[in-house]
Amino acid sequence: MNDTYDLRSGETHIEVHKFWPGAVLVVAVAALIVQASMPVYFPKLEILDLPLLVTIYFGLSRRNPSTGLLLGMVIGLSQDALSGPTVPLGFYGIAKTVIGYLASSIGARLDTEHPAARFALIFGFFILHPAMLVVVQRLLLAQAGNWFNTNLAVSAAVNALLGTALFMVLDRLRRRS
Amino acid sequence: MVAIPSRHRSLALLTCVLLAQVLLLALQIKRDSRGRLIRVWAVSAASPFERGGAWGFGRVRGVWTHYFALRGTERENEGLRAENDKLKLTISQLETRAAEADRLAGLLNFKQSHKEVPMVGARVIAVSAGTASRTIEIDRGELDGVRRNLAVITPDGAVGKVIEVFRDNAQVLLLTDKEGGAGAMLVNSRTQGPVGGTGEPTLQMKYVATDEKVETGEKLVTSGMDKIFPRDIPIGTVTEVKAGYPFQQIRVQPAARLDRLEAVIVLLTQVPVEFKNENESKSGTQKSVQGVQNPAPVAPAAVKP
Repeated sequence: MNDTYDLRSGETHIEVHKFWPGAVLVVAVAALIVQASMPVYFPKLEILDLPLLVTIYFGLSRRNPSTGLLLGMVIGLSQDALSGPTVPLGFYGIAKTVIGYLASSIGARLDTEHPAARFALIFGFFILHPAMLVVVQRLLLAQAGNWFNTNLAVSAAVNALLGTALFMVLDRLRRRS
Repeated sequence: MVAIPSRHRSLALLTCVLLAQVLLLALQIKRDSRGRLIRVWAVSAASPFERGGAWGFGRVRGVWTHYFALRGTERENEGLRAENDKLKLTISQLETRAAEADRLAGLLNFKQSHKEVPMVGARVIAVSAGTASRTIEIDRGELDGVRRNLAVITPDGAVGKVIEVFRDNAQVLLLTDKEGGAGAMLVNSRTQGPVGGTGEPTLQMKYVATDEKVETGEKLVTSGMDKIFPRDIPIGTVTEVKAGYPFQQIRVQPAARLDRLEAVIVLLTQVPVEFKNENESKSGTQKSVQGVQNPAPVAPAAVKP
């Protein structure tokens, strides 16, 4: 049985990737743990958002919007639960659900294997993610939140750079057909 | 029954999942509960890994700081490198241990010089998983006598308060969180007002009238009026004062390094704690705290040394 298959859209053939059993779970849990532990010793690395990178990666690779949005939801809700009681459950959950859905939808239509495409997509998602958090803050929680600042652009660029490299490492978890 | 076309199924699922989460948010706001059961599960599941992660990162940092970061120097001494490598690694390990020992000795000294105040030292094992909140997780919990709303400090000053307690760990809301804060008092003028976080590294002192004289460089201490922090614990230093109506805008640099916390002290009481001020600490004398505001001690049943 093949572990990968093709999505056919017009003349384009986009390969859908599968991963070793448990790889998605292990990577997602590791991202959440590292995200919580790492800034204790390396405060500057707080700029990274590993759970979001993992959500984007598996969304782009699996290319199934349903699993993409569910993975985003689980990672987002876990991040909410680990962020202390001042962050309500659903805050990151909603944003990452949408990101997971969009990533897998885009992955199903475009070839996202090239590092340049990945860099651009990660950068875009890292602009969209905080924008969605602000929407949730303003519309659902009635709290103030800033829309855009230069730190956000720097953070998106740094995460896009690191994410592009991280995605190459995560590619090794794919099962070959 | 209405059949959903397959290409719209994921969109329908997205709508359902988002609606469910919006309802979850609404439920938490309406009932003012923040899903404690789910958080207990999540934190309990993650805690052992976080402890492991904290240990691992500590080791990596020690090796990185004291070994790899010195590669430029090593290149200059290439002839001696092979001979020195082993010694450097050994030294780096000893330095890491010494730094940790210094930090712990600082806490121990603080504890020993305040034997009358029940307190427990704790190690920071994690920080909040997102940037929306400023919280830390410590390795002390109910078993150590830690309870909600206890003050958390370092020998430098106030850090925050305990907001969630689990069996053997707890979450601390830092002063810099948007919902964090403490009752504060300007040391010179004795003007009081709450100090709160803005989500940024600095704090903001609120509700100080425009006609009050506040100068940059002035120190702030806790007022004890919040019933969480004892009086006269250093909070920070005024770094910026802007005129405003009816209140001034006062920025405060926290006394404790809230972005680099590795070990903290949980005060198990509100009995005032004596802090050395900068001048007196050099001569070894201590400042005596006057005017005890909240003397009611809440000593725990069992406290770890």
